[in-house]
Amino acid sequence: MDAKGKAIKLGDNIDTDLIIAARYLSTADPYELAKHFMEDYDDTIVNKISQGDIVVAGKNFGCGSSREHAPIAIKGAGISCVIAENYARIFYRNSFNIGLPIIESKEASERIMDGDRIRVNFNTGEIENLTKNETYKGEAYPEFIQNIIKNGGLVGYVKEGGNRENEI
Amino acid sequence: MGMTMTQKILAAHTGREYVKAGEFVEASLDMVLANDITAPPGIKEFYNMSSGKVFHKDKIALVPDHFAPNKDIQSAQQCKIMREFAYDQQITNYFEIGEMGIEHVILPEKGLVVAGDVVIGADSHTCTYGALGAFSTGVGSTDMACGMATGKGWFKIPSAIRINLVEKPSKWVTGKDVILHLIGIIGVDGARYKSMEFCGSGVKNLSMDDRFTICNMAIEAGAKNGIFPVDNRTRDYMKEHSIRDWVEHTPDSDAFYDEIIHIDLSTIRPTVSFPHSPDNTYSIDEAEKISINQVIIGSCTNGRMDDMRMAARILKGRRVFKGVRTIIIPGSQKVYLQAVEEGLIKIFIEAGAIISTPTCGPCLGGHMGILAEGERAVSTTNRNFIGRMGHKSSEVYLASPAVAAASAVMGRLAGPEEVEVM
Ligand code: SF4
Repeated sequence: MDAKGKAIKLGDNIDTDLIIAARYLSTADPYELAKHFMEDYDDTIVNKISQGDIVVAGKNFGCGSSREHAPIAIKGAGISCVIAENYARIFYRNSFNIGLPIIESKEASERIMDGDRIRVNFNTGEIENLTKNETYKGEAYPEFIQNIIKNGGLVGYVKEGGNRENEI
Repeated sequence: MGMTMTQKILAAHTGREYVKAGEFVEASLDMVLANDITAPPGIKEFYNMSSGKVFHKDKIALVPDHFAPNKDIQSAQQCKIMREFAYDQQITNYFEIGEMGIEHVILPEKGLVVAGDVVIGADSHTCTYGALGAFSTGVGSTDMACGMATGKGWFKIPSAIRINLVEKPSKWVTGKDVILHLIGIIGVDGARYKSMEFCGSGVKNLSMDDRFTICNMAIEAGAKNGIFPVDNRTRDYMKEHSIRDWVEHTPDSDAFYDEIIHIDLSTIRPTVSFPHSPDNTYSIDEAEKISINQVIIGSCTNGRMDDMRMAARILKGRRVFKGVRTIIIPGSQKVYLQAVEEGLIKIFIEAGAIISTPTCGPCLGGHMGILAEGERAVSTTNRNFIGRMGHKSSEVYLASPAVAAASAVMGRLAGPEEVEVM
Protein backbone atom coordinates (compact mmCIF):
# COMPACT_ATOMS: atom_id res chain seq x y z
CA MET A 1 0.00 0.00 0.00
CA ASP A 2 1.29 3.46 -0.74
CA ALA A 3 0.24 7.07 -1.14
CA LYS A 4 1.38 9.47 -3.81
CA GLY A 5 0.71 13.17 -4.27
CA LYS A 6 2.05 16.66 -3.86
CA ALA A 7 2.99 18.05 -0.47
CA ILE A 8 0.75 20.56 1.25
CA LYS A 9 3.14 22.07 3.76
CA LEU A 10 1.91 23.29 7.17
CA GLY A 11 3.76 24.51 10.28
CA ASP A 12 4.13 23.47 13.95
CA ASN A 13 1.29 23.06 16.46
CA ILE A 14 -1.50 22.95 13.90
CA ASP A 15 -4.51 22.58 16.20
CA THR A 16 -7.80 20.83 15.58
CA ASP A 17 -9.72 24.14 15.69
CA LEU A 18 -7.62 25.24 12.75
CA ILE A 19 -8.09 21.94 10.91
CA ILE A 20 -11.86 22.20 11.29
CA ALA A 21 -13.44 25.08 13.21
CA ALA A 22 -16.05 24.25 15.86
CA ARG A 23 -18.72 26.22 14.00
CA TYR A 24 -18.86 23.38 11.46
CA LEU A 25 -19.17 20.57 13.99
CA SER A 26 -22.91 20.14 13.80
CA THR A 27 -22.23 17.45 11.22
CA ALA A 28 -19.72 14.61 10.92
CA ASP A 29 -20.16 14.23 7.15
CA PRO A 30 -16.67 13.96 5.58
CA TYR A 31 -17.56 16.00 2.49
CA GLU A 32 -19.32 18.78 4.40
CA LEU A 33 -16.38 19.02 6.80
CA ALA A 34 -13.84 18.88 3.97
CA LYS A 35 -15.23 22.11 2.48
CA HIS A 36 -13.96 23.96 5.54
CA PHE A 37 -10.63 22.16 5.99
CA MET A 38 -7.99 24.66 7.31
CA GLU A 39 -10.34 27.53 6.48
CA ASP A 40 -9.14 29.95 9.18
CA TYR A 41 -5.54 29.29 8.18
CA ASP A 42 -5.91 29.70 4.43
CA ASP A 43 -9.37 29.68 2.91
CA THR A 44 -8.02 28.87 -0.56
CA ILE A 45 -6.26 25.68 0.56
CA VAL A 46 -9.12 23.31 -0.30
CA ASN A 47 -9.00 24.47 -3.91
CA LYS A 48 -5.31 23.61 -4.14
CA ILE A 49 -5.74 20.01 -3.02
CA SER A 50 -5.84 17.22 -5.61
CA GLN A 51 -7.02 13.74 -4.64
CA GLY A 52 -4.14 11.90 -2.98
CA ASP A 53 -2.13 14.92 -1.81
CA ILE A 54 -0.07 14.62 1.35
CA VAL A 55 -0.05 16.99 4.31
CA VAL A 56 3.46 17.61 5.64
CA ALA A 57 3.57 19.38 9.00
CA GLY A 58 5.93 20.12 11.88
CA LYS A 59 5.66 19.38 15.59
CA ASN A 60 2.59 18.46 17.63
CA PHE A 61 0.21 18.17 14.68
CA GLY A 62 -3.46 17.92 15.71
CA CYS A 63 -3.14 19.38 19.20
CA GLY A 64 -6.25 20.61 20.97
CA SER A 65 -9.66 19.03 20.98
CA SER A 66 -10.59 15.38 20.64
CA ARG A 67 -12.82 15.99 17.62
CA GLU A 68 -12.56 13.06 15.24
CA HIS A 69 -13.99 15.54 12.76
CA ALA A 70 -10.38 16.72 12.26
CA PRO A 71 -8.95 13.53 10.71
CA ILE A 72 -12.32 12.97 9.00
CA ALA A 73 -12.09 16.44 7.38
CA ILE A 74 -8.52 15.72 6.26
CA LYS A 75 -9.54 12.43 4.71
CA GLY A 76 -12.66 13.98 3.19
CA ALA A 77 -10.55 16.71 1.58
CA GLY A 78 -8.75 14.02 -0.43
CA ILE A 79 -5.54 13.89 1.61
CA SER A 80 -4.09 10.38 1.43
CA CYS A 81 -1.58 10.63 4.25
CA VAL A 82 -0.16 13.01 6.85
CA ILE A 83 3.56 13.27 7.58
CA ALA A 84 4.66 15.25 10.64
CA GLU A 85 7.59 15.49 12.98
CA ASN A 86 5.22 14.27 15.70
CA TYR A 87 1.55 14.30 16.72
CA ALA A 88 -0.68 15.24 19.62
CA ARG A 89 -1.82 11.98 21.17
CA ILE A 90 -5.61 12.13 20.73
CA PHE A 91 -5.20 13.03 17.08
CA TYR A 92 -2.72 10.17 16.67
CA ARG A 93 -5.12 7.53 17.94
CA ASN A 94 -8.13 9.06 16.20
CA SER A 95 -6.36 8.88 12.84
CA PHE A 96 -5.67 5.17 13.14
CA ASN A 97 -9.11 4.55 14.56
CA ILE A 98 -10.82 6.13 11.54
CA GLY A 99 -8.30 4.84 9.00
CA LEU A 100 -6.30 7.97 8.07
CA PRO A 101 -2.68 6.90 7.57
CA ILE A 102 -0.24 9.14 9.41
CA ILE A 103 3.49 8.80 9.72
CA GLU A 104 6.18 10.38 11.89
CA SER A 105 9.42 11.60 10.34
CA LYS A 106 11.45 14.57 11.52
CA GLU A 107 13.65 14.44 8.45
CA ALA A 108 10.76 14.38 5.99
CA SER A 109 9.02 17.14 7.91
CA GLU A 110 12.08 19.36 7.63
CA ARG A 111 13.19 18.56 4.06
CA ILE A 112 9.93 18.43 2.14
CA MET A 113 8.81 21.74 0.62
CA ASP A 114 5.33 22.80 -0.38
CA GLY A 115 4.47 21.29 -3.76
CA ASP A 116 7.15 18.55 -3.77
CA ARG A 117 5.94 15.24 -5.25
CA ILE A 118 5.93 12.63 -2.49
CA ARG A 119 5.45 8.86 -2.35
CA VAL A 120 4.93 7.02 0.95
CA ASN A 121 5.28 3.27 1.28
CA PHE A 122 3.31 2.20 4.35
CA ASN A 123 4.82 -1.27 4.48
CA THR A 124 8.40 -0.08 4.72
CA GLY A 125 7.73 3.36 6.25
CA GLU A 126 9.81 4.85 3.47
CA ILE A 127 9.05 8.36 2.24
CA GLU A 128 10.32 9.31 -1.23
CA ASN A 129 10.65 12.88 -2.37
CA LEU A 130 10.38 12.52 -6.16
CA THR A 131 11.03 16.24 -6.74
CA LYS A 132 14.27 16.35 -4.74
CA ASN A 133 15.17 12.72 -5.38
CA GLU A 134 15.62 12.01 -1.66
CA THR A 135 14.40 9.25 0.64
CA TYR A 136 13.50 9.59 4.31
CA LYS A 137 12.73 7.03 6.96
CA GLY A 138 9.39 7.15 8.80
CA GLU A 139 8.92 5.78 12.33
CA ALA A 140 7.74 2.18 12.29
CA TYR A 141 4.29 1.57 13.78
CA PRO A 142 4.13 -0.35 17.06
CA GLU A 143 2.77 -3.86 16.57
CA PHE A 144 -0.46 -2.99 18.31
CA ILE A 145 -1.13 -0.14 15.88
CA GLN A 146 -0.29 -2.42 12.97
CA ASN A 147 -3.07 -4.72 14.11
CA ILE A 148 -5.55 -1.86 14.06
CA ILE A 149 -4.35 -0.82 10.60
CA LYS A 150 -4.64 -4.41 9.35
CA ASN A 151 -8.26 -4.43 10.42
CA GLY A 152 -8.95 -1.12 8.66
CA GLY A 153 -9.39 0.88 11.88
CA LEU A 154 -10.69 0.26 15.38
CA VAL A 155 -14.16 -0.80 14.28
CA GLY A 156 -12.77 -3.72 12.30
CA TYR A 157 -10.36 -4.50 15.08
CA VAL A 158 -13.09 -4.70 17.71
CA LYS A 159 -15.31 -6.73 15.37
CA GLU A 160 -12.49 -9.25 15.04
CA GLY A 161 -12.70 -9.39 18.84
CA GLY A 162 -11.93 -12.74 20.47
CA ASN A 163 -8.39 -13.12 21.65
CA ARG A 164 -7.35 -9.49 21.61
CA GLU A 165 -5.94 -9.85 25.13
CA ASN A 166 -3.24 -12.13 23.72
CA GLU A 167 -2.21 -9.66 21.09
CA ILE A 168 -1.25 -6.87 23.45
CA MET B 1 11.70 0.39 39.13
CA GLY B 2 8.49 1.57 40.74
CA MET B 3 5.32 2.89 39.18
CA THR B 4 3.77 6.36 39.00
CA MET B 5 0.22 7.02 40.23
CA THR B 6 -1.10 6.74 36.70
CA GLN B 7 0.77 3.52 35.99
CA LYS B 8 -0.61 1.98 39.19
CA ILE B 9 -4.19 2.83 38.28
CA LEU B 10 -3.76 1.40 34.78
CA ALA B 11 -2.10 -1.75 36.14
CA ALA B 12 -5.01 -2.26 38.53
CA HIS B 13 -7.44 -2.03 35.61
CA THR B 14 -5.47 -4.46 33.51
CA GLY B 15 -5.27 -7.16 36.16
CA ARG B 16 -1.50 -6.81 36.27
CA GLU B 17 0.97 -6.34 39.09
CA TYR B 18 3.24 -4.19 37.02
CA VAL B 19 3.16 -2.12 33.85
CA LYS B 20 5.88 0.00 32.34
CA ALA B 21 5.97 3.08 30.15
CA GLY B 22 5.58 2.34 26.43
CA GLU B 23 3.62 -0.90 26.85
CA PHE B 24 0.20 -1.20 25.22
CA VAL B 25 -2.55 -2.47 27.49
CA GLU B 26 -6.26 -2.94 27.35
CA ALA B 27 -7.84 -1.57 30.53
CA SER B 28 -11.35 -1.87 31.91
CA LEU B 29 -13.29 1.39 32.10
CA ASP B 30 -15.29 2.83 34.97
CA MET B 31 -16.89 5.60 32.95
CA VAL B 32 -17.26 6.45 29.26
CA LEU B 33 -18.31 10.00 28.38
CA ALA B 34 -19.45 11.86 25.28
CA ASN B 35 -21.17 15.13 24.41
CA ASP B 36 -23.54 16.39 21.73
CA ILE B 37 -20.70 16.90 19.22
CA THR B 38 -18.77 13.69 19.74
CA ALA B 39 -21.59 11.25 20.58
CA PRO B 40 -23.40 11.16 17.20
CA PRO B 41 -20.42 9.86 15.17
CA GLY B 42 -19.61 7.51 18.08
CA ILE B 43 -23.15 6.13 18.14
CA LYS B 44 -22.89 5.37 14.43
CA GLU B 45 -19.65 3.45 14.98
CA PHE B 46 -21.13 1.74 18.04
CA TYR B 47 -23.78 0.09 15.89
CA ASN B 48 -21.11 -0.81 13.34
CA MET B 49 -19.01 -2.71 15.85
CA SER B 50 -21.32 -4.13 18.48
CA SER B 51 -24.26 -6.39 19.11
CA GLY B 52 -26.30 -3.29 19.85
CA LYS B 53 -26.18 -3.17 23.66
CA VAL B 54 -23.88 -0.96 25.73
CA PHE B 55 -21.60 -2.74 28.20
CA HIS B 56 -23.11 -1.08 31.27
CA LYS B 57 -25.91 1.47 31.37
CA ASP B 58 -24.64 3.13 34.57
CA LYS B 59 -21.08 3.56 33.32
CA ILE B 60 -21.83 5.83 30.40
CA ALA B 61 -22.45 9.57 30.65
CA LEU B 62 -23.96 11.57 27.80
CA VAL B 63 -24.10 15.32 28.21
CA PRO B 64 -25.58 17.80 25.73
CA ASP B 65 -23.50 20.84 26.62
CA HIS B 66 -21.64 22.18 23.58
CA PHE B 67 -24.38 23.48 21.33
CA ALA B 68 -27.16 23.07 23.90
CA PRO B 69 -29.71 24.42 24.54
CA ASN B 70 -29.84 23.71 20.79
CA LYS B 71 -28.49 26.69 18.92
CA ASP B 72 -29.80 25.74 15.48
CA ILE B 73 -31.56 22.95 13.61
CA GLN B 74 -28.41 20.94 12.96
CA SER B 75 -27.39 20.94 16.61
CA ALA B 76 -30.95 20.04 17.58
CA GLN B 77 -30.63 17.02 15.27
CA GLN B 78 -27.33 16.04 16.92
CA CYS B 79 -28.84 16.26 20.40
CA LYS B 80 -31.82 14.23 19.21
CA ILE B 81 -29.55 11.38 18.05
CA MET B 82 -27.87 11.33 21.44
CA ARG B 83 -31.13 11.60 23.40
CA GLU B 84 -32.79 8.77 21.48
CA PHE B 85 -29.74 6.57 21.94
CA ALA B 86 -29.76 7.32 25.67
CA TYR B 87 -33.43 6.36 25.96
CA ASP B 88 -33.06 3.24 23.80
CA GLN B 89 -30.10 2.04 25.81
CA GLN B 90 -31.61 3.22 29.11
CA ILE B 91 -28.44 5.15 29.91
CA THR B 92 -28.70 6.27 33.54
CA ASN B 93 -26.44 9.28 33.22
CA TYR B 94 -28.00 11.21 30.38
CA PHE B 95 -28.57 14.77 31.50
CA GLU B 96 -31.23 16.80 29.77
CA ILE B 97 -31.52 20.57 29.93
CA GLY B 98 -32.54 21.34 33.51
CA GLU B 99 -30.18 18.83 35.08
CA MET B 100 -27.24 19.36 32.81
CA GLY B 101 -24.17 21.49 32.95
CA ILE B 102 -20.76 21.35 31.35
CA GLU B 103 -19.70 17.71 31.35
CA HIS B 104 -16.47 18.17 33.30
CA VAL B 105 -18.20 20.23 35.96
CA ILE B 106 -21.09 17.82 36.48
CA LEU B 107 -19.39 14.42 36.45
CA PRO B 108 -17.43 15.05 39.68
CA GLU B 109 -20.34 17.03 41.15
CA LYS B 110 -22.75 14.14 40.61
CA GLY B 111 -20.23 11.74 42.11
CA LEU B 112 -19.77 9.78 38.88
CA VAL B 113 -15.98 9.74 39.12
CA VAL B 114 -13.91 8.86 42.18
CA ALA B 115 -10.26 8.20 42.97
CA GLY B 116 -8.74 5.16 41.29
CA ASP B 117 -11.16 5.16 38.34
CA VAL B 118 -10.20 4.82 34.69
CA VAL B 119 -12.32 7.19 32.61
CA ILE B 120 -12.33 7.96 28.91
CA GLY B 121 -14.33 10.73 27.34
CA ALA B 122 -14.79 11.84 23.77
CA ASP B 123 -13.68 15.29 24.82
CA SER B 124 -10.11 16.37 25.31
CA HIS B 125 -10.77 17.99 28.70
CA THR B 126 -11.77 14.67 30.21
CA CYS B 127 -8.38 14.93 31.92
CA THR B 128 -10.14 17.19 34.50
CA TYR B 129 -10.98 14.27 36.84
CA GLY B 130 -7.34 13.68 37.65
CA ALA B 131 -8.05 16.22 40.40
CA LEU B 132 -9.84 13.38 42.21
CA GLY B 133 -6.95 10.94 41.86
CA ALA B 134 -8.49 9.16 38.87
CA PHE B 135 -6.89 8.36 35.52
CA SER B 136 -8.99 10.13 32.93
CA THR B 137 -8.17 11.06 29.39
CA GLY B 138 -9.71 12.35 26.20
CA VAL B 139 -10.25 10.13 23.16
CA GLY B 140 -12.15 10.37 19.88
CA SER B 141 -15.63 9.19 19.01
CA THR B 142 -14.52 5.77 17.72
CA ASP B 143 -12.62 5.00 20.92
CA MET B 144 -15.67 6.10 22.86
CA ALA B 145 -17.86 3.79 20.75
CA CYS B 146 -15.49 0.92 21.47
CA GLY B 147 -15.62 1.78 25.17
CA MET B 148 -19.42 1.78 25.17
CA ALA B 149 -19.49 -1.57 23.39
CA THR B 150 -16.78 -3.43 25.29
CA GLY B 151 -16.13 -1.54 28.53
CA LYS B 152 -12.49 -1.50 27.57
CA GLY B 153 -10.00 0.87 26.03
CA TRP B 154 -6.50 0.55 24.65
CA PHE B 155 -3.73 2.65 26.16
CA LYS B 156 -0.04 3.12 25.78
CA ILE B 157 1.31 3.31 29.33
CA PRO B 158 2.60 6.87 29.69
CA SER B 159 5.78 8.05 31.29
CA ALA B 160 5.40 11.07 33.56
CA ILE B 161 6.55 14.50 34.57
CA ARG B 162 6.43 15.19 38.28
CA ILE B 163 5.41 18.66 39.35
CA ASN B 164 6.45 19.41 42.87
CA LEU B 165 4.36 22.20 44.37
CA VAL B 166 5.44 24.01 47.54
CA GLU B 167 4.14 26.96 49.59
CA LYS B 168 0.87 28.81 49.17
CA PRO B 169 -0.52 30.93 46.33
CA SER B 170 -0.98 34.64 47.14
CA LYS B 171 -4.35 36.36 47.45
CA TRP B 172 -5.52 36.65 43.83
CA VAL B 173 -3.65 33.65 42.46
CA THR B 174 -5.72 30.60 41.56
CA GLY B 175 -5.35 27.18 39.97
CA LYS B 176 -5.71 28.88 36.59
CA ASP B 177 -2.59 30.96 37.17
CA VAL B 178 -0.69 27.88 38.31
CA ILE B 179 -1.50 25.90 35.18
CA LEU B 180 -0.96 28.82 32.77
CA HIS B 181 2.39 29.47 34.46
CA LEU B 182 3.34 25.80 34.07
CA ILE B 183 2.26 25.63 30.41
CA GLY B 184 4.27 28.80 29.83
CA ILE B 185 7.33 26.97 31.13
CA ILE B 186 6.97 23.64 29.34
CA GLY B 187 5.07 24.68 26.19
CA VAL B 188 2.02 23.25 24.41
CA ASP B 189 3.84 20.02 23.66
CA GLY B 190 5.93 19.93 26.84
CA ALA B 191 4.07 16.94 28.27
CA ARG B 192 3.07 15.29 24.99
CA TYR B 193 1.92 11.67 25.59
CA LYS B 194 2.89 11.94 29.28
CA SER B 195 1.20 12.13 32.64
CA MET B 196 1.55 15.28 34.68
CA GLU B 197 1.66 14.12 38.29
CA PHE B 198 1.31 16.84 40.91
CA CYS B 199 2.74 16.37 44.37
CA GLY B 200 4.40 18.22 47.21
CA SER B 201 3.52 20.13 50.35
CA GLY B 202 1.82 22.86 48.32
CA VAL B 203 -0.99 20.55 47.17
CA LYS B 204 -2.88 21.01 50.45
CA ASN B 205 -3.10 24.73 49.76
CA LEU B 206 -5.07 24.19 46.55
CA SER B 207 -8.86 23.83 46.75
CA MET B 208 -10.61 21.06 44.83
CA ASP B 209 -11.79 23.66 42.31
CA ASP B 210 -8.17 24.78 41.82
CA ARG B 211 -7.18 21.18 41.19
CA PHE B 212 -9.98 20.65 38.66
CA THR B 213 -8.81 23.74 36.81
CA ILE B 214 -5.19 22.58 36.83
CA CYS B 215 -5.94 19.05 35.59
CA ASN B 216 -8.42 20.44 33.04
CA MET B 217 -5.63 22.21 31.20
CA ALA B 218 -3.10 19.36 31.33
CA ILE B 219 -4.11 18.69 27.70
CA GLU B 220 -2.97 22.19 26.78
CA ALA B 221 0.56 21.00 27.51
CA GLY B 222 -0.14 17.92 25.38
CA ALA B 223 -0.44 15.64 28.43
CA LYS B 224 -2.34 12.38 28.38
CA ASN B 225 -3.58 13.09 31.89
CA GLY B 226 -2.97 15.24 34.92
CA ILE B 227 -3.36 13.76 38.38
CA PHE B 228 -3.30 14.83 42.03
CA PRO B 229 -2.74 12.61 45.05
CA VAL B 230 -5.74 11.97 47.28
CA ASP B 231 -5.75 13.95 50.54
CA ASN B 232 -8.36 14.99 53.09
CA ARG B 233 -9.82 17.59 50.78
CA THR B 234 -10.33 14.96 48.08
CA ARG B 235 -11.87 12.54 50.56
CA ASP B 236 -14.25 15.19 51.91
CA TYR B 237 -15.26 16.08 48.35
CA MET B 238 -15.94 12.46 47.41
CA LYS B 239 -17.88 11.80 50.64
CA GLU B 240 -20.04 14.81 49.94
CA HIS B 241 -20.70 14.04 46.28
CA SER B 242 -20.49 10.31 45.73
CA ILE B 243 -21.83 7.10 47.13
CA ARG B 244 -19.13 5.03 45.45
CA ASP B 245 -16.07 3.48 47.08
CA TRP B 246 -12.74 4.73 45.92
CA VAL B 247 -9.18 3.46 45.72
CA GLU B 248 -6.19 5.64 46.57
CA HIS B 249 -2.95 5.16 44.68
CA THR B 250 0.34 6.77 45.65
CA PRO B 251 3.44 6.72 43.46
CA ASP B 252 6.16 4.26 44.47
CA SER B 253 9.15 5.92 46.13
CA ASP B 254 11.34 4.69 43.27
CA ALA B 255 8.91 5.62 40.50
CA PHE B 256 10.69 6.97 37.43
CA TYR B 257 9.88 10.48 36.22
CA ASP B 258 11.20 11.89 32.93
CA GLU B 259 11.52 15.26 34.54
CA ILE B 260 10.81 16.96 37.87
CA ILE B 261 9.62 20.55 37.90
CA HIS B 262 9.57 22.58 41.11
CA ILE B 263 7.05 25.34 41.52
CA ASP B 264 6.88 27.67 44.49
CA LEU B 265 3.21 28.67 44.50
CA SER B 266 3.93 31.85 46.50
CA THR B 267 5.96 33.29 43.62
CA ILE B 268 3.28 32.89 40.92
CA ARG B 269 1.55 36.08 39.77
CA PRO B 270 -1.80 36.32 37.98
CA THR B 271 -0.95 35.00 34.52
CA VAL B 272 -2.42 35.60 31.06
CA SER B 273 -2.01 33.62 27.82
CA PHE B 274 -1.87 35.90 24.82
CA PRO B 275 -3.11 34.82 21.38
CA HIS B 276 -2.89 32.34 19.79
CA SER B 277 -1.39 29.73 22.03
CA PRO B 278 -1.90 28.80 25.69
CA ASP B 279 1.89 28.78 26.21
CA ASN B 280 2.24 32.42 25.16
CA THR B 281 2.07 33.54 28.79
CA TYR B 282 2.86 36.78 30.58
CA SER B 283 2.48 37.72 34.21
CA ILE B 284 -0.13 40.43 34.62
CA ASP B 285 2.66 42.85 35.57
CA GLU B 286 4.47 42.50 32.27
CA ALA B 287 1.40 42.02 30.03
CA GLU B 288 0.42 44.77 27.63
CA LYS B 289 -2.88 46.27 28.86
CA ILE B 290 -4.78 45.85 25.60
CA SER B 291 -8.36 47.15 25.33
CA ILE B 292 -11.14 44.56 25.13
CA ASN B 293 -14.69 44.05 23.85
CA GLN B 294 -15.84 41.03 25.82
CA VAL B 295 -15.25 39.04 28.99
CA ILE B 296 -16.26 35.41 29.48
CA ILE B 297 -16.30 33.81 32.93
CA GLY B 298 -17.25 30.14 32.80
CA SER B 299 -16.35 26.86 31.00
CA CYS B 300 -15.12 23.50 32.23
CA THR B 301 -11.96 25.29 33.34
CA ASN B 302 -13.49 28.02 35.50
CA GLY B 303 -17.24 27.53 35.86
CA ARG B 304 -17.25 26.31 39.47
CA MET B 305 -18.13 27.94 42.81
CA ASP B 306 -14.62 29.21 43.58
CA ASP B 307 -14.69 30.95 40.21
CA MET B 308 -18.10 32.53 40.71
CA ARG B 309 -17.07 33.75 44.18
CA MET B 310 -13.80 35.14 42.89
CA ALA B 311 -15.55 37.07 40.12
CA ALA B 312 -18.12 38.39 42.62
CA ARG B 313 -15.41 39.66 44.96
CA ILE B 314 -14.19 41.91 42.16
CA LEU B 315 -17.55 42.88 40.70
CA LYS B 316 -19.34 43.63 43.99
CA GLY B 317 -20.41 47.25 44.07
CA ARG B 318 -18.69 48.00 40.76
CA ARG B 319 -19.85 48.35 37.16
CA VAL B 320 -18.34 46.72 34.11
CA PHE B 321 -16.73 49.21 31.74
CA LYS B 322 -19.22 50.63 29.26
CA GLY B 323 -19.17 48.59 26.10
CA VAL B 324 -17.47 45.51 27.54
CA ARG B 325 -19.91 42.62 27.08
CA THR B 326 -19.52 40.57 30.23
CA ILE B 327 -20.96 37.05 30.09
CA ILE B 328 -20.93 34.81 33.15
CA ILE B 329 -21.81 31.14 32.72
CA PRO B 330 -22.13 28.94 35.81
CA GLY B 331 -20.86 25.46 34.90
CA SER B 332 -23.85 23.53 36.20
CA GLN B 333 -27.37 23.96 37.56
CA LYS B 334 -25.96 23.29 41.02
CA VAL B 335 -23.33 26.03 40.70
CA TYR B 336 -26.01 28.35 39.29
CA LEU B 337 -28.36 27.73 42.20
CA GLN B 338 -25.62 28.09 44.78
CA ALA B 339 -24.61 31.39 43.16
CA VAL B 340 -28.23 32.55 43.42
CA GLU B 341 -28.37 31.55 47.09
CA GLU B 342 -25.13 33.32 47.91
CA GLY B 343 -26.36 36.48 46.20
CA LEU B 344 -23.67 36.36 43.52
CA ILE B 345 -26.07 36.53 40.59
CA LYS B 346 -27.46 39.79 41.98
CA ILE B 347 -23.93 41.16 42.22
CA PHE B 348 -23.27 40.17 38.60
CA ILE B 349 -26.47 41.70 37.26
CA GLU B 350 -25.99 44.90 39.24
CA ALA B 351 -22.49 45.13 37.80
CA GLY B 352 -23.91 44.99 34.28
CA ALA B 353 -22.95 41.41 33.42
CA ILE B 354 -25.29 38.87 31.88
CA ILE B 355 -25.79 35.34 33.18
CA SER B 356 -26.29 32.38 30.86
CA THR B 357 -27.70 28.97 31.55
CA PRO B 358 -24.89 26.37 31.82
CA THR B 359 -23.38 25.62 28.39
CA CYS B 360 -20.00 25.51 26.65
CA GLY B 361 -21.31 28.28 24.41
CA PRO B 362 -18.64 30.80 23.48
CA CYS B 363 -15.71 28.70 24.73
CA LEU B 364 -15.54 26.89 21.39
CA GLY B 365 -17.14 29.63 19.33
CA GLY B 366 -20.48 27.85 19.46
CA HIS B 367 -23.02 30.43 20.60
CA MET B 368 -23.76 32.95 23.39
CA GLY B 369 -20.93 35.38 22.72
CA ILE B 370 -19.16 34.96 19.39
CA LEU B 371 -16.48 37.52 18.52
CA ALA B 372 -16.59 39.66 15.37
CA GLU B 373 -13.63 40.59 13.19
CA GLY B 374 -10.75 42.07 15.19
CA GLU B 375 -12.54 41.84 18.57
CA ARG B 376 -10.77 40.84 21.75
CA ALA B 377 -11.97 38.88 24.76
CA VAL B 378 -10.46 38.08 28.12
CA SER B 379 -11.79 34.64 28.89
CA THR B 380 -11.48 32.06 31.66
CA THR B 381 -11.67 29.26 29.09
CA ASN B 382 -8.75 27.07 28.06
CA ARG B 383 -7.91 27.66 24.40
CA ASN B 384 -7.03 30.78 22.46
CA PHE B 385 -6.35 29.23 19.07
CA ILE B 386 -7.08 31.19 15.89
CA GLY B 387 -10.85 31.42 15.40
CA ARG B 388 -11.64 29.60 18.64
CA MET B 389 -14.26 32.10 19.81
CA GLY B 390 -15.37 33.51 16.49
CA HIS B 391 -13.85 35.39 13.58
CA LYS B 392 -10.37 34.28 12.57
CA SER B 393 -8.97 37.73 13.31
CA SER B 394 -10.52 37.88 16.79
CA GLU B 395 -8.31 37.35 19.83
CA VAL B 396 -8.73 35.45 23.09
CA TYR B 397 -6.68 36.17 26.22
CA LEU B 398 -6.86 33.34 28.74
CA ALA B 399 -6.90 34.26 32.41
CA SER B 400 -8.39 33.53 35.84
CA PRO B 401 -11.85 34.75 36.91
CA ALA B 402 -10.15 37.44 39.02
CA VAL B 403 -8.25 38.86 36.03
CA ALA B 404 -11.29 38.48 33.76
CA ALA B 405 -13.56 40.34 36.20
CA ALA B 406 -10.97 43.07 36.78
CA SER B 407 -10.59 43.46 33.03
CA ALA B 408 -14.38 43.78 32.65
CA VAL B 409 -14.33 46.64 35.13
CA MET B 410 -11.34 48.42 33.60
CA GLY B 411 -12.26 47.87 29.93
CA ARG B 412 -8.78 46.56 29.28
CA LEU B 413 -6.63 43.71 30.45
CA ALA B 414 -6.15 44.37 34.16
CA GLY B 415 -5.00 42.68 37.33
CA PRO B 416 -7.29 42.33 40.36
CA GLU B 417 -5.08 44.59 42.47
CA GLU B 418 -5.74 47.51 40.13
CA VAL B 419 -9.46 47.26 40.86
CA GLU B 420 -8.88 46.73 44.56
CA VAL B 421 -7.24 50.14 44.94
CA MET B 422 -9.92 51.97 42.96
S1 SF4 C 1 -16.32 24.39 28.13
FE1 SF4 C 1 -15.05 24.56 26.30
S2 SF4 C 1 -13.29 23.27 26.63
FE2 SF4 C 1 -14.83 22.73 28.16
S3 SF4 C 1 -15.93 20.99 27.29
FE3 SF4 C 1 -17.01 22.84 26.70
S4 SF4 C 1 -16.16 23.45 24.71
FE4 SF4 C 1 -14.77 21.98 25.62
